[in-house]
This record gives sequence, structure tokens and C-alpha cells, in this order.
Amino acid sequence: MATFNLKINNKKHTVEVDEDTPLLWVLRDHIDLVGTKFGCGIGQCGACTVHVDGNAMRSCLLQVSQAEGMSITTIEGLSEDGSHPVQQAWKEIDVPQCGYCQSGQIMTASAFLNQNSNPSNSEIRDAMHGNICRCASYNSIEKAVKVAADKIS
Amino acid sequence: MNLSKQQTFSRRSFLKTSALASGGMLISFNLFTACKSDVKPPIDISQLNFNDFNAFIKISDEGKVTIFSPNPEIGQGVKTSMPMLIAEELDVPWDDVYIEQGVLDTENYTRQLAGGSQSIRLGWEPLRQTGATAKQMLVNAAAAKWGISPSECKASQGVITNPKGETLGYGDVVKEAALLDVPEDVKLKDPEDFTIIGKNTSNVDIDKIITGKPLFGLDYKEEGMVYASVLRPPAFGQVLESFDDTAARALSGVIDVVVIGEKARAHLEGDKKSWTAQLSKSDKVVVIAKTTWAAIKGKKAIKAVWKNDSELESTESHDKILLDLLNGEKFDTRRKDGNVKKAFANADKILERTYESPFLPHNCMEPMNFFANVTPEKVHLVGPVQTPEDAAKVVSNMLDRKLEDIHLEMTRMGGGFGRRLYGDFVYEAVEIADKIKKPVKMVSTREDDMTTGVYRPAIKYKIAASIKDGKLTGYHLKEAAVNINMYGLIPNFFPAAALENYQVDTVNYQSNITTGAWRAPYTNFLASAEQSFFDELAETLEVDRVQLHLDLLENVKNNPEPNIEYSPERLQGVIKMVVDKSNWGKTDPGVYQGFSVYYCHNTHVAEVADIVMENGNPVVKKVTCAVDCGVVVNPLGALNQVKGGVIDGIGHTMYSELAFKDGVPQSNNFNSYQLIRMGQTPQVDVHFVKNNIAPTGLGEPTLPPVGAAVANAIYKATGKRLTKQPYISNMDLEKVVG
Ligand code: FES
Ligand code: FES
Repeated sequence: MATFNLKINNKKHTVEVDEDTPLLWVLRDHIDLVGTKFGCGIGQCGACTVHVDGNAMRSCLLQVSQAEGMSITTIEGLSEDGSHPVQQAWKEIDVPQCGYCQSGQIMTASAFLNQNSNPSNSEIRDAMHGNICRCASYNSIEKAVKVAADKIS
Repeated sequence: MNLSKQQTFSRRSFLKTSALASGGMLISFNLFTACKSDVKPPIDISQLNFNDFNAFIKISDEGKVTIFSPNPEIGQGVKTSMPMLIAEELDVPWDDVYIEQGVLDTENYTRQLAGGSQSIRLGWEPLRQTGATAKQMLVNAAAAKWGISPSECKASQGVITNPKGETLGYGDVVKEAALLDVPEDVKLKDPEDFTIIGKNTSNVDIDKIITGKPLFGLDYKEEGMVYASVLRPPAFGQVLESFDDTAARALSGVIDVVVIGEKARAHLEGDKKSWTAQLSKSDKVVVIAKTTWAAIKGKKAIKAVWKNDSELESTESHDKILLDLLNGEKFDTRRKDGNVKKAFANADKILERTYESPFLPHNCMEPMNFFANVTPEKVHLVGPVQTPEDAAKVVSNMLDRKLEDIHLEMTRMGGGFGRRLYGDFVYEAVEIADKIKKPVKMVSTREDDMTTGVYRPAIKYKIAASIKDGKLTGYHLKEAAVNINMYGLIPNFFPAAALENYQVDTVNYQSNITTGAWRAPYTNFLASAEQSFFDELAETLEVDRVQLHLDLLENVKNNPEPNIEYSPERLQGVIKMVVDKSNWGKTDPGVYQGFSVYYCHNTHVAEVADIVMENGNPVVKKVTCAVDCGVVVNPLGALNQVKGGVIDGIGHTMYSELAFKDGVPQSNNFNSYQLIRMGQTPQVDVHFVKNNIAPTGLGEPTLPPVGAAVANAIYKATGKRLTKQPYISNMDLEKVVG
């Protein structure tokens, strides 16, 4: 066990955990931020995606010891009230089916649009390829990313 | 049933009303059974326990409406669409309606189950009646206040108006309405007058989902709760012999290591029907820890020794066994019309093909998990399960507790697809909680989930058609499946009744690998096989494949048959629609189309897949889908369902398979098991047939036909008939392309 200082959604958190604990479980079990989801634990599904210094990262692969000193944003911190353009686009298109994968999808999409606010269709498909949606809401995700891009630019 | 005319219902009341201590009115009803006369609705809202009623509507003094949605949500949108039916007839603005998931425990509730695409079909009338009855009571109360007849009042959008133009809000009369008798006769709206049904309505949980609020079983927490990770046998056919937990216990965060299995086995011994008995055969080692991560690490540190208890099976041996069965004689005949034997004996041509499919895990995005707390007062259960009623009964039996002691709260589910119909994970959580006497959440990893599943079984079909003088004279389908065969009405699905000589035979092999329902059970591969066969059959007969179907359906119309559940007219309707909308036969060069049509889960569907070849590989670009599911209650949700079914179907027919070797599943996570991803996904173009027929399900019926639409398109592009799923691993493209 060791003590780690984390900056999550612009707040400081101190946690006492094993240093190999993935950030995912620190968020979910210790800090009560359960919007970040567990899907595979091996970086294959994207359900656990968060922003680390603005980049989309798999929190199931990031050990807490590596996350110190970085600025972490989770779905709960993407906006105060769900007003981020990506969240709004998701609502407009009514993307979710079961909804379980969607916070990961939103985090991937928002980091991507931050870097490329005017993407082509194939850039969108490439960017979202790493996030599995078992309910196969892919058509709606694709459309919502486009709608969000329009809102941003 | 045609609903174009107004309907009047006169039947024994199936709902009760009461005034709430907190103000407002509570309408309690049982969806599918009449209420017993001796039960009383609760007066205090905190007392809602669904013992006698399975759904509630609360109307507050301010006229706000809360609907406690009775059905668990697995992503098929019933948490939105079922309340829409109530709100429509109650006639309130949708924006004033709040939806809450009901807390459901025990005895008298019926069909609290999400599966089989049946929720909306069964709820269509009772839910609308409930709304209409409540509205009538509010009108009656307002009329009494004004001293006029109810027929002189009008109610709309939560406001009641009298002939003088005076108005009362619903909230103004709830107190009085709660005390009135429940009217026996209520009129339902003419579908022309619907203002909520048929309108795009967002998922009721949308704001919570996009902001990451706790909604799912895995998100549930309670003070003092600990986590449990379960070590189960690595191979089907093995059981626990011994284990060493020294290393696990030494880990920080690990609280205890316990063994479970006895209680589930004792229960299952009496329950011969259990689908998941195999999963409970062995003792299991459970690591209890302060956090999920510590529990998972603890489980990995357990050194267990397993012993063989029954045969360790492999895909290779399954393949041989099923093919031998198909070529053998040990069949059950499920349907037999005319004389197939004679038709084949007299044929001048016979077309015969064998189609094969693998085991499939469900892979719900949210791995199996459940919360349990067993105390002397009650057994508190929280989590995602599609069959809460059954789960509660089993738990009461396992723990020898009264059914009233079992309080089961359903959470939103991160996918179901059939997996959460089985309660094995609930029983595990309960047995753990009973052992450790602490609130505990059992959490499966993806590896646990994929390797200790309840799989879609491997199935093979042999289909044969006899042809005489260029005409189709007979059709014989044989099914060999692991554990479970098609059942009930399925042998009566199309093409049954379209042919004079028709026979369906089934046979199975009993395996120790757990199998069960998987999205569109029984037909998810059957439709692929039959509709691929029909494509080849049309070619052999030298007739147009679309026309062949229209003609066969014409036969059904001319010889009506009572056992047939599908409607030949509605199937013809979707065929014509898909031909029109897909530009069938008129596409650009380089685009290859495949056609497929199917009826299941009470819904009629036709699909056309467009593929192109890119770098020697087939790429599905577009699927046009024509659906007749009756009234489309929520078009926005319906679109999601249809598109999801189509893409899911393509994914599993193209890419997914679970093989076994010596009882061990050969894939255990998404690096060794392929699910469809965005880059492989076509655009799905959906068209609904417009009519006023009572609605049918959408969660499943668009999945079965799509495999054949894709295979038939690939045939056009490559000249290669695909008969073995997953197609991508079983097509030798070098040989046929280029
Ligand atoms: S849980 Fe992290 S990628 Fe799947
Ligand atoms: S909405 Fe269910 S997994 Fe994506």
C-alpha cells in the first residue's frame, strides 16, 4: 500500500492503494466515480476510457502510480451538467441502447474532436474503432460524432 | 387485431386506487392478472413493495405523473416505451412524466421479464387500459365537483375542461378521484388521435447515461459492502479437488477466502429443468476483499487442483458427432406435411446442403455481477437480472426463507441478449453473502464471463429440396444441435405451409457445456441456413429469388393453415418494401446484393445487404431493412433496436466463435474473441410498414435474417457459397477472387 495524490476533474484526491491498482478501480471503488466502466480489463473495449492530460486513455491499463501528477478527466467531469457538445449530440441522436459502453464512447469522441474538430467519415470510423458497443449502436455513434463536430466548429 | 376503430373494454377491474399520505393519488395495477379482492394498495409511497401489484402510477397534487416502470431495462427501450402507452391514454404531456424503475419483490407479479421481445406486445392493451381508466376517474371526480355529467367534460394534456370553458388540472382532483370506484368501461383512443405513441421519444435515462451516473448493477454500493471474485472450474467437465489460499490471504485488501457450491447444488438437485446446473456442479473458491482489484488479484493467487468429473469435450468432436447425427436416423419429427420421401424418390434433381454454426457467448458489455445481503430480517438483492421473479423463488428455496423476505431491486442492465435470463450469478452472490454475513457484491471479470457462460449451442442443419420438371416438390430440414433443439412453433415458420411435401426433423447431443437462450433463440442461425439455401434453390430452379418467395407465400394464402403463426400477406409486404427501398437489382457495378426474409418473434422482416470487395475482402456497406412490427410505439427507440439487431447479426455471422478444447473455452477476452467494431459496420437503412396492428417485438427479429443476406451477397461477388459460420474464418477467398 502506498499513498497517491491524484488530480481528477480538477479536484485533488489522496488515495491509499496498492501501486499496481489500475486507475479504473481507483476511480470506481475509492473515489466513487462509477461512470468509468469495466468491460474487459485489457485495453480492448474502451469502456474505461478517460482523458489523461487531454488524451483518451484506457484507465484499466493505467496503474495508479503512473497517473500521479497528471490531469485526469472522467465522464463526470467532462462538463458540469451534461452540456459538453458531445454529450448533447449523444442526447440529440438518442445513441444509447443499454448505455453501458457510452461513457467510454463519449470520452473517446470528445478527446478525438479536441484534436480534429472537422473530421471526415473515415477518420471518425478509425477514431471510434477501439470502442466496442455490444448493442451495436455504431450507426448512431457515428452520426452523433458528426453532430458534435458541427457543434464544436 | 385491428385497432383502427375505437374499442371499449368491459372487464373486472384490474387496478386499485388510493390517496397518498404525502398527497396525490396512487394507482396500482397488475399488468396481466386481475387484482385479488383482498389486497390493499399501500397508502404511503415508501411502502411500495410490489407484492400484489406490479406497476404503479403516482399523480401528485401538482399534476406530475410518476410511472414506476415494471419491466427491467436491458437496452431494448421498454423502460421508455411501456410508460408511453400509459401516458398516451392518461393524456398527460410527456414532459410531465417521470419514470422510475420499480423495486420488485415476489409473489404475485407476472411477466417481470425482459426477453423474447414480448414486453410491448403483452403490455399493449393492459397498459393503455390502465391509463384510460385513470383518466376516466379524474374526469369523474371533476364532473362531480362541477355537478355535471362526466360525458360533458373533456380531458387532454393533464387538464379537464367543462362546457363553460372552466378547467381543472389533474392535480386538483386527485384527492377526490382516489376515493371513487374504478370504472368498468373505458374507451381507448383511436390510433389517429395518438400524441405520444408513434412520436420520437428519448431514452428516459439519457441524462444519467451521458453524465455517468450510477445506474448499473456494477455501480451499486452500500455502506460496509465487500467485493467477491469467484474461481470456477477452468474446463467444463472438471470440479474442484483442493486448493491452497496462502498466497491469496497474504495480499493486502483480501479479507477472507470461502468455498461455495453446496446450497446451489442442493437446490438444483430438486430442479431437473435447470439450464445452468452444469455451472453449479463444482465447489467454487471465493476471495472476499475490500476492493474489486484486491478480489481479482486474490483469485489469481489461489492455487487450485481440479479433477475430471465427466468427459472433456472439444469442438472437433462436436463437429463429428453432429455430422454423424445429421447422417443418421435418430430424429424427432417436428412437422410433416404430405410425403417428403415420395417427393424425393420421384425427383429428377435434389439440392442438399449442410450449414454449420459455432458456440457463442453473450458477452454482455457489463459482466455478470450481483449484490446480496442476507440478514435475519430480509435478503436484500440488487442487480441486473432478466428474471427477477424466478431468481427470488430460487433464493427463497436455497436459503429456506419466506418469499416475502426476498427483496430484489433491479438495476439497469448493461446488455442481456439472453444471458441474464439465468440466475446462476444471483445464487452465487446469495451463497457468498449467506456465508460471510456481510453485504457483498460478486463481480465477474470478462474472462470469468466468457469462459463460464450459458452459450448459444453449436448447431448444424442439413437442408434438402426435391425438384421435378423444374418445379420444387419437397423440402426436408434436419437439425442436429448441442443440448437444445428448436421447439414449439418454429417448425411452423415460413416455409411451412408453402409446400405440399414438407418435413422438419431434429436430433441433439447432450453435452456438459452449458447452453441456453441467445438473442433470437432457435432462429438466429436457422434463418441464416434456410435463407442461404433458398438463394441457391432459386438459382437451381432458374427463377428469381424474390419471386420464388412471393410465389411460395401465395401458396400459403391459397391454402390457409391454422398452425401457421406468420402472415403471408405481411411477409409479402416487407419483401416488396425492401425490393423497392434497396434498389434491388439496380445497383452500381461493383456492388453486390443479397436478399433474405424471415418471420420470428411475431415480427416480419426482409433485408437486402449491399457489399463491395475491397482488397479481396467482402465489406458490407449497407443493409436495407423492411420491418412489419405493427404500431411503432417509439420510432427513435425502434430504430436503435432494428439497427442493433442487424449489426449484431452481421458481427456474429462474420466474426465470432467460441471453440472448445478438452472442455476449455479457447477464447476468454476481446483479444481472442472478435466482436464487430465500427470500422466493419454498414449503414442500416430502416423502413417500417405503417399499420394499426398491435405492436410486436423489435429486440430480436431483425437479427436472424441478416446472416443470409450477407452470405447471398458474398456469393454474388465471389461465386462462393458460405455455409459455415463465422464466415470470415471459413472462406477461402484467394481461390475464388481475382
Ligand atoms: S475495460 Fe479498459 S479497455 Fe476494456
Ligand atoms: S449501448 Fe450497450 S454496449 Fe453500447
